Amino acid sequence: MFEACADPKAIEGMTWTACYLTSAKHIDFYWSFLTVLLLLLITAPAALGMGFLGATAARSHIPPVSWIGKVYIWMVRGVPDIIFFLFFVIALDQAIEYSKSLMVCPSHEWPWQGLEFRVCPEAKVPLAKSAPFWHQAYGFFLAVVTFAIVFGAFVANVIFGAMNAVPRAQLETAEAYGMSRRQVFRRILIPQMWVYALPGLGNLWMILIKATPLLFLLGVKDIVYYARELGGSKTQAYEYPHGDWRLYYFLGLMVFYLVFTRISEIGISKLTRRLSHGQATAGGEAVRRAAA
Amino acid sequence: MSMTCWETVQAYGLRSIGIGENLLPRSDFTLCQQLTLIGSGMIWNIYFGVLALTAGFFLANAIALARNARNPLIRKPAEWYVFVFRGSPLFIQFFLAYEALVLLPKGGVDILGIHLNTAWTTRAWAGALLVLFLNTAAYSAEIFHGALKSIPKGDLEAAEAYGLTGWKKFIRIEWPTMLRLGWPAYTNEAIFLFHATTLVFFSGFPAFAQKGDALYYANYFADKTFNPFIPYPIVAFYFILLTLAVTFFYGRVNRHLNRHLPSNIRSKIRLRPQLIR
Repeated sequence: MFEACADPKAIEGMTWTACYLTSAKHIDFYWSFLTVLLLLLITAPAALGMGFLGATAARSHIPPVSWIGKVYIWMVRGVPDIIFFLFFVIALDQAIEYSKSLMVCPSHEWPWQGLEFRVCPEAKVPLAKSAPFWHQAYGFFLAVVTFAIVFGAFVANVIFGAMNAVPRAQLETAEAYGMSRRQVFRRILIPQMWVYALPGLGNLWMILIKATPLLFLLGVKDIVYYARELGGSKTQAYEYPHGDWRLYYFLGLMVFYLVFTRISEIGISKLTRRLSHGQATAGGEAVRRAAA
Repeated sequence: MSMTCWETVQAYGLRSIGIGENLLPRSDFTLCQQLTLIGSGMIWNIYFGVLALTAGFFLANAIALARNARNPLIRKPAEWYVFVFRGSPLFIQFFLAYEALVLLPKGGVDILGIHLNTAWTTRAWAGALLVLFLNTAAYSAEIFHGALKSIPKGDLEAAEAYGLTGWKKFIRIEWPTMLRLGWPAYTNEAIFLFHATTLVFFSGFPAFAQKGDALYYANYFADKTFNPFIPYPIVAFYFILLTLAVTFFYGRVNRHLNRHLPSNIRSKIRLRPQLIR
């Protein structure tokens, strides 16, 4: 990066440290933090959407729809979520490649032959000759979908509970004013349910942050991947030889997560106070008293 | 050579702790093999869960009390402990602990003339158990601390009116009430600690001689057969059974803690979801 870094073996002290921390691999490491933030940025709204659909389906008056919603909500209970993560990444990949093979392959063989999953080369996603970037991007895409499905189920559970927590009288009053079921849902239920959903959603957000290292298990080059790569001891064959520094890299990750969850905690408590404004709850009462 | 299912169970039923057939099946995987080996791996999940919860319960009580202390020298460290373990991913904690334990001198350390062997601390049965123990203690301490704070004021005043003070008041009134109020949340914590045990062999701690937990074997089969639709549902099935067992056991304790109350105000255990910590 710097002029002085041209020959790393000749420098030492602060310059060495500066050069070491700005090496190409370290820049990749810093970018991978953005991968984590990107995952959160995409997954959080996606999971919220999935959860909303799930909760609405579970409340439906049409039995098959309500069953689908309830099964979805109950799916992730009682089973460690990591099982779902490992399962969905392979299952989704195979489902995508199998559907593609039905369209592009000349012969439609059952793909699970003996001990392998075999589709014709044209049906591979991404194609074997694609750039490494697309393989990474596809892996990231599978991870995002998996996160959205699993966290969506948790969000659905929270929102389903919150919808049931809105006082019945509110809905009945709206009905008495002649609103249709759709209007009651949109004008009364949705605006009021957030304050009940927020503690649960805030909790899920923290859990989502703490679940991001799983990206590593799903094969994405995330911060855990780079921390292991960069921290591992480097012999003289490398530009910057050093001993086993993984402990320090993981300490760095730990601090990153602690800061991130702490900031989130503060943000959530501020949001709770704002949403409580004008609500018929103990929190809303406290806001009213403080203002008076 | 094909084995009957009973022979498979004899060969692989205790494989996860190193008893029985040494070589894992490599081809022609049967459903029976998958059920047996994954079930065998559950021994480790139960081992980690039971020991971490049992030991963690005591530490959690101590930390909860420390968090309630007036003296900041006692309160602050407890608050930091809970913050560090609840604010960071368990996944990172496992990695960190492993890397730290690896750095201990290989030959052991001499403390006050006593030679301590340290090699065993990097093994999952000890190192991962330590992390799970510290982790569950932090989460449970938070639950118990919350329960301690929500003991009805009237109960404490009544205790004082009866002349109970200090230690006696604590052991006869505060502690049982704290447990009773915190128990439903603590049940959830227990369930999710069992779920968290599946992370052990996926982060930091390697499995020696292919002795791993249920998810380790499920992953082995999924890798070998490229078919996730059999092994993962099998682990899921075992974990649902385990969750039911934990709920039953903690439910019995909950009934005991609530035995003096009229049935309509007893606290019920409700499953609340919590993902990876």
